[in-house]
Amino acid sequence: MNHILNMQVATPEIFIFSMACLILMIDLYTHDRLPLLSYWLTQATLVAGIYLGLGGMGTEPVTTFNGMFIHDGMSVVVKLAIMLFTLIGLVYSRQYILDRGMYRGEYYVLVLIAVLGMMVMTSASHFLSLYLGLELLSLSLYTLVAINRDSDTAVEAAMKYFVLGAVASGMLLYGMSLMYGVTGSLDIKTISAAIQGMQSDDVMLMLGLIFIVVGLGFKLGVVPFHMWIPDIYQGAPTSVVLFIATAPKLAAFAMVIRLLVDGFQSIAVNWSDMLVILAVLSMALGNIVAIAQANFKRMLAYSAISHMGYFLLGIISANPNGYSASLFYMIIYAFTGLAAFGLILLMSRSGFEAENISDYRGLNREHPWYAFMIALVMFSMAGLPPTVGFYAKLSVIQALVDVNMISLAVIAVLLAVIGAFYYLRIVKTMYFDAPEAERTITTGLDARVLVSLNAVMLLAVMPWIGTIMDLCMSAIQSMG
Amino acid sequence: MPEFILSILSIFPDWLQVVLASLIKIIAIVAPLMLAVAYLTFAERKIIGYMQIRVGPNRVGPRGWLQPIADAFKLLLKEIVVPARSNKYLFVLAPILAIGPSLAAWAVIPFSDTLVLSDIDASLLYILAMTSMGVYGIIIAGWASNSKYAFLSAMRAAAQIVAYEIAMGFALVGVLMAAGSLNLGAIVNAQAGGLFSWYWLPLLPLFVVYFISGVAETNRAPFDVAEGESEIVAGFHVEYSGMTFAVFFLAEYANMILIAMLTALMFLGGWMSPLGFWSDVPLLGDGIHWLLLKTSAMLFFFLWFRATFPRYRYDQIMRLGWKVFIPVTLIWIVVMGVAMFLTPWGHLFH
Amino acid sequence: MTFEQLAFYFFASVAILAAAMVVTVRNPVRAALFLILTFFAVACIWMMLEAEFLAIVLILVYVGAVMVLFLFVVMMLDIDFDQLREGFAETLPIGATVAVLVLLQLVIVLTSGPFELEQVAAPVPAAADYGNTHQLGLLIYTYYVYPFELAAVMLVLAMIAAIVLTLRDRTGTRSQKPHEQTQVKRKDRVRLVKMNAEKKN
Repeated sequence: MNHILNMQVATPEIFIFSMACLILMIDLYTHDRLPLLSYWLTQATLVAGIYLGLGGMGTEPVTTFNGMFIHDGMSVVVKLAIMLFTLIGLVYSRQYILDRGMYRGEYYVLVLIAVLGMMVMTSASHFLSLYLGLELLSLSLYTLVAINRDSDTAVEAAMKYFVLGAVASGMLLYGMSLMYGVTGSLDIKTISAAIQGMQSDDVMLMLGLIFIVVGLGFKLGVVPFHMWIPDIYQGAPTSVVLFIATAPKLAAFAMVIRLLVDGFQSIAVNWSDMLVILAVLSMALGNIVAIAQANFKRMLAYSAISHMGYFLLGIISANPNGYSASLFYMIIYAFTGLAAFGLILLMSRSGFEAENISDYRGLNREHPWYAFMIALVMFSMAGLPPTVGFYAKLSVIQALVDVNMISLAVIAVLLAVIGAFYYLRIVKTMYFDAPEAERTITTGLDARVLVSLNAVMLLAVMPWIGTIMDLCMSAIQSMG
Repeated sequence: MPEFILSILSIFPDWLQVVLASLIKIIAIVAPLMLAVAYLTFAERKIIGYMQIRVGPNRVGPRGWLQPIADAFKLLLKEIVVPARSNKYLFVLAPILAIGPSLAAWAVIPFSDTLVLSDIDASLLYILAMTSMGVYGIIIAGWASNSKYAFLSAMRAAAQIVAYEIAMGFALVGVLMAAGSLNLGAIVNAQAGGLFSWYWLPLLPLFVVYFISGVAETNRAPFDVAEGESEIVAGFHVEYSGMTFAVFFLAEYANMILIAMLTALMFLGGWMSPLGFWSDVPLLGDGIHWLLLKTSAMLFFFLWFRATFPRYRYDQIMRLGWKVFIPVTLIWIVVMGVAMFLTPWGHLFH
Repeated sequence: MTFEQLAFYFFASVAILAAAMVVTVRNPVRAALFLILTFFAVACIWMMLEAEFLAIVLILVYVGAVMVLFLFVVMMLDIDFDQLREGFAETLPIGATVAVLVLLQLVIVLTSGPFELEQVAAPVPAAADYGNTHQLGLLIYTYYVYPFELAAVMLVLAMIAAIVLTLRDRTGTRSQKPHEQTQVKRKDRVRLVKMNAEKKN
């Protein structure tokens, strides 16, 4: 075939999209007879996708599609994590989806296309492919949020998400077009080379950078661009929130890296200053407002905002150490979030959403095992030792200390202490309050085992924590 | 262009010469077309008459041959009634919008190797664009008439034409894949070599879909729900009379001839002779007469359909367009693509 | 003034006038029709720039399909125009200011620096047999194949999303099901019953 089209490195993407189309067709004809077929096919697709992705491990960076697609260590690791987390998330949410009449083949097709969009973002080395990947992801997520369209809150959440998402895309596009005006190219490598000698008094360049950072801020959901996050987390079906809260965070990491690091490393001073403001505001507002929440999902939304702030700390340090700490933080956060929402899904049943904190009163008396699991997850989210969450926070703060940003590190630690309060409040509710109503768990065995494993791993993975950190480090170092 | 016309033209300034020459060419296409339209109506009445064991018009002139001329005069002399509270400008504009595109499309039709008004590269796209604009005449007529029947008809026509345009476009994609060109002349030339190298055979599904979509696109029976005289009493032109009505009539028949000729050009080898091996013998070789013959044959099908089939119900039309034709064309395009690039049978489509 | 300039000014003024009519005319159907005229005039300008593929596709897609559906919807809606006009006077100054600002920006950009007429030379007219349809096709399917295919995926996604959010399986409607009608067998409808002849009593 043609030498400029080395499509082999894009095999996972091509495979996933082909399977999405196939599942769409198969579902049309088998929906009545074999209702769960599209679920199993989707899982099989993700497993095969992970297998195909593993084949790309450890190779040299390759670009293809005329430099619009880059295959490097970072993209492989992030893509594998995206597919794995999606797979686990789908196991957790199967029963929930079935109970609420949301089960349709299209649900899984939309998830697969969202995964495709994330993978495209992760591998983007061109503004065009980056933007298209982002829109593929966003459009699927808007639809997934609204998929239960008889629910007013879900539709309202979808509407807010859509409008603000469109604004964010507009900002990002505007920034990209200014960058195009400055450098005359949409290719990230070319842009990076073109702005090498430029100073921060170049108005066009700075305006472009500001718009791009604002766009990223919207997509990440950091203060002051966080308005959509709480409403989405509270309003959307929990299964969809589970998805939004995990895999797309990794894609967002990849987008930040591709734009800020691959593209604008030479003006890192400028963007890291902007990110400091965003990070401090996010950590502060997220951790403080979360205290006042009575809704568990809404509380986790504010917790997500604060986590995004911590994630930015690694990026702010603007060196490979910091980036790998951020990647590590994101993976750990997504993994913890997976367990958190998995447990909420586990506690929910047909006609009952376990979304208020009061729903968890005295959980320890009836289901001590799951209460313990939730406690573990909360410890990890709060960053208490000996869970992995502690190491995640430690590594980003370490990265800050390494570049002598001591005051920022101190602020981060202080806010983490404040944040520990509301996580521990959940633990207190479960262990020391009296139960209100009978609780039965209807979720299937596979989800129960997997979510237990997921939560236990937050503790049990500690001996291998260095391996994961090394993996992140090598991923960042092998970037093209 | 003949010498003597050029010599007459040479007395005008240069820029006027171009304009005049173009005008003469346009008239040379449009005038025979109008005559063909007139006699197509006559043929329609006669043929359907015979199919229904009647005689058809036979009073005006020998065997009724002057009937269309008489009809034309009648329509010219009748009063144009503009309904009360209608939108007057749009009401008058609608028939013009209907006939404009259907005549403009003829600009790129090649009648033979050399006989073409404008030999542009993307003539297939141009035709598609022009035929897609014809619907505005109907929509605006339906809306401006301030009548429920006309409005219903406009809605029907809009939905129907959008649906069938897609299938039509996909059918043309197959043609351009086979010919490797968007130019109609090049498409005909790619079919050289007699009856069995014309595209009707390798592109049979597309041929059928294209022609049926063409019938639907021109709002002819059995797809004439926009007229539907038994339900919505002639639909969009219920309020039109005299010359404005005649213009709609002209547009419909000009479109029919256009579709028939396009089918002949794209699937039936255009001006190519079916007997590829006797090209030296006069009349049996390639020539415009073959194109006209093929066009007439396709036009006969239009009339035959009208005499034979009952009108489709509206939802059936939609079903046929969206759920049958579009998948059929898409599948055939994929089959073609795979065959042309991945299998040794690609030559079947070239 | 050459013929080309004459044609350009004609199409350009038609485009501007029609665009102005789109926002000022009272009736939405007329506004949609003026929008079609705007598209048409712009397509003619593109044609003069030798972008014949874009021009024809603009007509084919926007005029031939999108605007037909748009008109379809606008004609069906029962819009209360007076209600729409409410608050027009209050918002007018803001809108006018924004419009003037945008116009000023455009004028400043177009009369300065890289966009000046002297800087941008008129393109060399292409040969008569040159078609940019072919060139565009080559570029899209080789150099830009990846974003092009991604855009196609996006369209598929948009279609799935629209169907997922709107399609409802309604039960209890009295619509005909032709496939079931044609598959009916005699035994489904008629039951032959063997009966003994009744006796007179």
